[in-house]
Amino acid sequence: MSNLLDVKDLRIEFPAPAGRLAVPVDGVSLTLARGETLALVGESGSGKSLTALALLRLVPPPGRIAPGSRILLDGEDLLSLDPARLRAVRGGRIGIVFQDATTSLNPTLTVGSQLTETIRAHRKASRGEARERAIALLNEVGIPEPAVRFAAYPHELSGGLRQRALIAISLAGEPDLLIADEPTTALDVTIQAQILELLDRLRVSRGMAVLLIAHDLGLVAGRADRVAVMYAGQIVEEAATARLFRSPAHPYTQALFRSIPRIDTPVERLSPIGGGVPSPDAWPAACRFHPRCDQVLPRCSIETPPVVPLAPGEAVRCWLAVREKR
Amino acid sequence: MTAPLLEVRDLVTRYETGGFLRGPTRRVYAVNGVSFDLAHGETLGLVGESGSGKSTVGRTILRLTPATAGSVRFAGTDVLASEGAALRALRCRMQIVFQDPYSSLDPRMNLGRAVAEGLEIHRLVPPREIEARVAGLFEEVGLDPSYMARYPHECSGGQRQRIGIARALAVNPEFLICDEPVSALDVSVQAQVLNLLADLQKARGLAFLFIAHDLAVVRQLAHRIAVMYFGRVVELAPAETVIHHPRHPYTQALLSAVPVPDPARQRVRIVLTGEPPRPSAPPSGCPFHSRCFHPMKNQRCLDELPLLREVEGTMVACHHAEYAAAPAATIPVP
Repeated sequence: MSNLLDVKDLRIEFPAPAGRLAVPVDGVSLTLARGETLALVGESGSGKSLTALALLRLVPPPGRIAPGSRILLDGEDLLSLDPARLRAVRGGRIGIVFQDATTSLNPTLTVGSQLTETIRAHRKASRGEARERAIALLNEVGIPEPAVRFAAYPHELSGGLRQRALIAISLAGEPDLLIADEPTTALDVTIQAQILELLDRLRVSRGMAVLLIAHDLGLVAGRADRVAVMYAGQIVEEAATARLFRSPAHPYTQALFRSIPRIDTPVERLSPIGGGVPSPDAWPAACRFHPRCDQVLPRCSIETPPVVPLAPGEAVRCWLAVREKR
Repeated sequence: MTAPLLEVRDLVTRYETGGFLRGPTRRVYAVNGVSFDLAHGETLGLVGESGSGKSTVGRTILRLTPATAGSVRFAGTDVLASEGAALRALRCRMQIVFQDPYSSLDPRMNLGRAVAEGLEIHRLVPPREIEARVAGLFEEVGLDPSYMARYPHECSGGQRQRIGIARALAVNPEFLICDEPVSALDVSVQAQVLNLLADLQKARGLAFLFIAHDLAVVRQLAHRIAVMYFGRVVELAPAETVIHHPRHPYTQALLSAVPVPDPARQRVRIVLTGEPPRPSAPPSGCPFHSRCFHPMKNQRCLDELPLLREVEGTMVACHHAEYAAAPAATIPVP
């Protein structure tokens, strides 16, 4: 069966001072099957959010998707769509939920009018039908008293309810793929759990695929089928969630695990990753993690490491894996 | 036993909203009767969700926000009654590190001057010794003194937070309030700053009030943990007791929501229904009753505010703290 989403060699370029080119996303390839959750995990500046925006062709200018990149949705090339078809995909076949519901919603319009607007943009519906559909969606995302909340303004809702309203809007076009870009980062921990549970329930009930973008590996543990770890604009490791957590293969993934304070093991001094996250206009040469890597080999600073397949759907971008394969 | 460094008693911080053209004046209690002690060299973790009042507690202790009632004593001095020179002297002994190193530094001031500011204001060292002292502070927080000539925008988040810490340490405080010091940082950098704080505590004998929403982060440094909900402390106990034997249903829910980076060790999550109460419309009785899942929840919870009391070594504000609320599977295994 073919994949719902197939991204190949996605490269996003921004002009940088002195005629240079910044490449915050450099050669990202990923696939997503129907009904699957893929988590894209990385620190700030790793390119994970920009990758998500590119799927909707929303890369902010002067940035652009470089020629040679490919994004296929059900085999259809999103990068060659005409504007009308593109509008149908945005919010239609692909829905997106952003991190901050406060700035994603229009403060001067009621939740209901923002929801019906989206519904009517994607299908023919009378005002009455759209209203009915909107209330059903608010109910589906677990908002109590949906008919009352339909008439509420965003500021009248709590952070958790606003995020639910935003999810309802993202569902209005009946998407096949839902992109959730750090959907819980702005929320309290007890509300976070509610929202993640909701996303998973919706994935199952609607058979949607979910691309969950997160900076927190812990958050992803119980939620995703597969995880892709991004560092400095590239996917450095991709694996089934259980395998990634059991035996991370890339030194960056390993180091990330050691640097997270945990609640389920005795307190120990943390092992931080030295240095800082590099900036997109000055990625380190060869392996981009080599200046911070604790298992660095002489060749890591000279030659770009290949992507080494470990199993179907699992790969790591590291010279160590090449050595072990032999 | 020696006297505690900091004694906070029945602290109340009230904000007034509205008034004149903004509708009727309403009183909102951000902090509502908080008491705790802090010993020399100790870390007390103050945990709670947004709006619980944890940051306001810190700001009120430092007199950055006026207290409405209660008392704060620091090394025997009445903090809330201090004025003028006495208050300035206190501010050398109590300092704060803020969450956001981006907005707490002046973008037009180089980092050396930012750190020197406190030394100059309090005239702690002769002007010609300032530079050497600042260089020493840079080294202490793990930054090369060459960074003194740089500006905030030239630094990463982790470096800026180190500057925030150096600024606080410049006046040689005994007590540091850390208000979400790592929540704006990347995971890989967060650990660097947590280790730095642990080292500084050891080297300087600092006491910390460590305010954060993330229990796993707080546990890394705290000797004791206080959990706040709706302006009140609902549980206070040694850190490992709170983590492994939480008594308040809210603490249990908070713990079960902490992500565990291991799919094989996922626990049953307590998913709280409903939202925290609004300070403008405080509920009667126990502020947690609308979200509480305790099997013994009854009319008393709706009518009577539970006070903080001791149950087997834990201070807890729940009428039913003697009885287990959550199934054991929800509590992380040590």
